Parts: sequence; C-alpha cells; structure tokens
Amino acid sequence: MGGLVYFSSRSGNTDRFVRALGLTADRIPIAPTAPMPAPRAPFVLITPTYADGQGRGAVHPQVIRFLNDPDTRAHLRGVIASGNRNFGALFALAGDVIARKCAVPVFYRFELAGTPTDIARVTEGLDRFWKTQFSTAI
Amino acid sequence: MKDLTHPRAVPRAVNWNRMQDDKDLEIWNRLTSNFWLPEKVPLSNDIQSWSHLTEDEQRLTIRVFTGLTLLDTIQNTVGAPALMADAITPHEEAVLSNIAFMEAVHARSYSSIFSTLCSTAEVDEAFRWSEENAQLQQKSRLILDEYDAAANPLHKKVASVFLESFLFYSGFYLPMHWSSRARLTNTADLIRLIIRDEAVHGYYIGYKFQRGMERLTGAERQQIKDFAFALIFDLYEIESRYAENLYDCVGLTEDLKQFLHYNANKALQNLGFESLFPDDLCRVNPAIMAALSPNADENHDFFSGSGSSYVIGKAVATEDEDWDF
Repeated sequence: MGGLVYFSSRSGNTDRFVRALGLTADRIPIAPTAPMPAPRAPFVLITPTYADGQGRGAVHPQVIRFLNDPDTRAHLRGVIASGNRNFGALFALAGDVIARKCAVPVFYRFELAGTPTDIARVTEGLDRFWKTQFSTAI
Repeated sequence: MKDLTHPRAVPRAVNWNRMQDDKDLEIWNRLTSNFWLPEKVPLSNDIQSWSHLTEDEQRLTIRVFTGLTLLDTIQNTVGAPALMADAITPHEEAVLSNIAFMEAVHARSYSSIFSTLCSTAEVDEAFRWSEENAQLQQKSRLILDEYDAAANPLHKKVASVFLESFLFYSGFYLPMHWSSRARLTNTADLIRLIIRDEAVHGYYIGYKFQRGMERLTGAERQQIKDFAFALIFDLYEIESRYAENLYDCVGLTEDLKQFLHYNANKALQNLGFESLFPDDLCRVNPAIMAALSPNADENHDFFSGSGSSYVIGKAVATEDEDWDF
C-alpha cells in the first residue's frame, strides 16, 4: 500500500473519515509552526475545502505549505476532496484546484465526514489503485 | 439610595488581532465575503414560469416559503442572540451577530419573492396558514424551548444546528425540485444563496458545540448525545407529518423524505456525531442533487471508472501567489 496524508481542521470531519478508513495516515498539522510531514514515497492526499462564495481560498494554507515542497509533490498520486454540496458547483473544489496544479486525478469526493458507502468505496478504491500501481512498477 | 444591584459588566473591546480561536476569523471572513441581498437576483424573470404552475403548486410554494420565513425569523430574533450569551470568545459573538443579520436577510428574501410573484391575498392567506399549521408550530415550539435563556448552552447549540441543517430542508426541497424542471430558476438561485449560508451557520455552531463537549466528562457527553438524538427523533416525526401534509397533493412526499434523512445525517455530522439513517434511506433523487450542486457530478468515483478522471480546468479563482511551486 502507498501512503495516505490528510488535513483536518478542528471541526474533525476529515479526521473522522480517515479514522473510519482504518488506514495508517499522516496528518498535516493545523499549527503553521508544527513540523510538516514530508513523504518520500507515493501517497494520496485527503483534504477538505474552504472556498468562499467565489471559490477563493479553497485549499487550506497548511495544505498549500505541504504541497509547496517539490519532493513531496513529486510523490502525490491523487487527491480525495471533501466539502458540502450546499456550496453548489464549488463542492469539494480543493480537489479540482490541487488536481490541476499538480496534474493528478481527483479520486473521490465526499461530504463532511462521509457515509458508510463513501468509506467502503474509498477503502476498496485505494486498495485496488495501489495494487495496480505496484504491479506495473515491478 | 444608591442602586446596589449589579449593573451589566462593561465588555472588553473586541480585538481581532488577538484571536483565541482561529475558526472565528475564518468563519467571519467566509460569511462577510458571502454577503448578499435579494435585490441581486432578477426574480422578476420568474413571473412567466410562476404563471405556468397550477393553483395547487402555487399555494404549496407560498406555504413552504412562509414556513421557511418563520424558521429564519426565529433564528434571527431568538436563536442566534440566545447563542451569543454563551459565547466563549468575543469574536464568536461578532460572528453570531452576522449570522443573526443574515437570517433577517433570508426572511426578507421570501417577501421579495412574494411581492414579485404573488398577490397580497394569497400571501396573507399563507401567513395565516403558517400561524395555524400544527407541525410548523410544534417544531418551532420544540426549538424555542431549548433557546430558553436558562437552558443548557449545548442544548441550545444542538437545537440551533438542527434548525440550520435539518428543519430548513423540507422547504428547500421544493425550489430545488422546480429548478430541476426548469421552473422558477431565479428563485432557485436565491434559495441556493440561502442554502450556502445555512451550511456555514450549521458548521460553525456545530464546531462550537464540539469545543463545548470537550470540556465535559464522558458521562455528561453521553447525556448531551442522548438529548440530541431524542430531539432529532421528535423533529423527524414532526417533519414527516409536515411533509405528508404539504407534499402529498403533488406526490413528492417519499422523494422528499430521502432528502430529509440525508440532511438529518449531515446535521448530526456537524455536531460530530455519527449518522442516524442508513445510506439506503438517503437515496436523494439525482435531479435534486444536481439542482443543489450543478457541475458536481453526484458520484464522482475515479476508482470505479465513473466521473471524469482528470478534472478539466474550470474557471475558478485560485490565489497563485500562495502557490509558488
């Protein structure tokens, strides 16, 4: 299996989602002064969306800081984004922004802390994705 | 004789350069940048569409909007001010004052819709209906009882999140339904602005609720959780009857109920709780989902091959200066 890195603010929605996945994951810290994870192997990023009504500020500054490291970015394989459909077309926009900036696919979108269906799909999907990644790599 | 009763304490001046909770600033910025007024939406473009609705459909729509007006009025005049008294930080009070005002804007918006599309007599009839409708009065009563000044601050927040993230949706459903059929599309645009605001309100109040829960013992937390689930059960019972009462005449009740389950789960998630309704009771009509978030395909799932794999660049604002790769 490849790695998993996520950001969750103190609302805890993404943290609850990741815990429900039951996979080992590194958390991007909330405090700008805390040490930042720097993965050096392929990983998937899970992040919430913070856009205003015009889509500005969709990606949390701490996630931007994390991705600003070129070595980290080189190992990013895909992004899973969360949000709230109440934001209409801007739902889970952080995933689209990161996908475009880093040229990786958006794997999945979910709302708030996700549903059991979301958990099942992401668990199976990540498993399948890493298997194909590592089988083609050999 | 000198008055010996304690006068109201002088509050400390609010200093936004000394934050105790960064979420206050984040939400303040979000809410103020999302500010809007109903005049921004060209509601008069819906006049022709309105005339194509049947009399029953028109009456239903006006009634649904008076029901929403009542909830916004409660949140504007009682709910948000009641939460202010429990605020932990001075910035939280400021955010709540924004929430209170936006609820007034929402309530005012429905009257803009009415004055554009309906006759005074129809609207007066609907406001009378809202005062007499048993379910509307019951759900208001349940929420207002928790807004009592003496109530537990966390009970107030639970009631507030249920109003913001659950009770509105028996009403929001209808304009989304019309919009999915290319009816009243400008009205739907206005409702989407309200829906966006309510998401932030529910999220923020739920966040403050979770901070309050952290200060309690395990047993106390369990009590609050039991209270929350009991309240959502009671509200759900009322909402089910409200739905039947209003929507049976157009055959949409069962479709609406899926949407209610879905939103009840989201309200509970805002409080940090697990879902109540299983996924197979939350099969929201895809047309309603699409009306809610156009362009956000319902089941984007790269893993299983549905949805677009690479996202094609949409015209979205990003701050390039934050992204010096």
